[in-house]
Amino acid sequence: MRQARIERWSRGDSSLHRRHAAAKILVAFALLISIGTLTRYSAPACALYLALLLAGAGVARLPVGAVLWGATVVLPFALCFAVVSALAGDPAKAVVFVVRAWLSAQVAILLVATTPMPQLIAGLEALRLPRFLLQVMQFLYRYLTVLAQEAGAMIQAGSSRAGTLRTLRFREAAAIAGVLFARSYARAQAIHRAMVSRGFEGRLPAIPQARFQLTDAVFGFGAVLLIIAVRGAFGWA
Amino acid sequence: MIVEVRDLCFTYEDGTQALNGVNFDLEEGQTVALMGANGSGKTTFIQHLNGILRGSGSVTVDGLPVTPPNLREIRRRVGVLFQDSDNQLFMPTVLEDVAFGPLAAGKSAIQSIESARAALERAGIPHLADKAPWHLSAGEKKRAALAGILATEPKLLVLDEPTTFLDPPGQRDLGELLSGLPQSKILVTHDHLFARRLTDDVAFFREGAIAARGPINEIVRRFEW
Repeated sequence: MRQARIERWSRGDSSLHRRHAAAKILVAFALLISIGTLTRYSAPACALYLALLLAGAGVARLPVGAVLWGATVVLPFALCFAVVSALAGDPAKAVVFVVRAWLSAQVAILLVATTPMPQLIAGLEALRLPRFLLQVMQFLYRYLTVLAQEAGAMIQAGSSRAGTLRTLRFREAAAIAGVLFARSYARAQAIHRAMVSRGFEGRLPAIPQARFQLTDAVFGFGAVLLIIAVRGAFGWA
Repeated sequence: MIVEVRDLCFTYEDGTQALNGVNFDLEEGQTVALMGANGSGKTTFIQHLNGILRGSGSVTVDGLPVTPPNLREIRRRVGVLFQDSDNQLFMPTVLEDVAFGPLAAGKSAIQSIESARAALERAGIPHLADKAPWHLSAGEKKRAALAGILATEPKLLVLDEPTTFLDPPGQRDLGELLSGLPQSKILVTHDHLFARRLTDDVAFFREGAIAARGPINEIVRRFEW
């Protein structure tokens, strides 16, 4: 469901949606580095980053609350590391870890919610990312829902026979994961056969996307300068 | 003759002999239904028509032997509609997926998009061009997959159980759509009612070979199908 919602958002129309994917990827990358290099907790810095991201979501006409909530998906993972930091006697680092993770997730959501997947792939290709890696990304994105459906069907089938899978033991869970892997492998073979039947010879041809224009350059350059300025204002050390 | 198969035999790596001396002909413009029990060799057979599998014996499609040097051209001329459309729709949007075949065949992006739009029109789903494949219904997926193979203007359509996952109205719509297409067709199906919409000619597979070929009523009666 989350994938479908973000997919719908990415098909919107705003000045941010219209920017070239490569420009948005570069800005997102700059923002991630800027957030990732915050070494100590600074409420004003975090507030400023949050304001930038909310402004981006506003310009893209995205539901701000949903974006903020969507980014919380990383918190369980971030909290694990934060707890370790806190137990090690560095609670400030723990806080900055959680905030950084949350803000970074928002950057990623903002990027994918304003850039349809084909454009995102084309943008990454324009930035010279290895084509093989991009194909893997594309397939993962395409078949994530199919695999999720297969996993859901297996859990449903198991529940129908066992009553509930809440008390699933490690052994059964491992067996289900193994069968899911085997099914995924069979699915991959079937997809490959279909691709070969349609002329696939090792390279996915793509329809060329929009060209990089002056407005994209101005947007990218301006946004990166702003991010550097914000980061510089709170010190590099 | 669009398809000529002589003495085709194929054994899987696990030792299962799936085809055991298949002889088969199909005239240009003809449609034939392949029927038979599960495991009788129908799907293995059709995978030889575009070189996905290679067994002993000879397979010729539209005058070209199915051998590695001819595979690119043969795969352009033979459009295979797979049973599970999810396997066939692998690009992020319907338009890109339908344009995949022409692009892979070496057409320019503009020509490919034109071919894709024309194929979507023929399949009756021009409005789905920008949709992601996972947002489509089973019937729409089937039509999108069909558009994907029509975009390369094949001379032969191979349809592997095309009614799977379709409800009766969806099956009716697909039957109407397929019967309006001029290409030669090989239809793999268990459903003789659906087969009747497209052809009266049936080849019945048993134990890796064609046990009989003839009018559908005769085959259905003879094999109690």
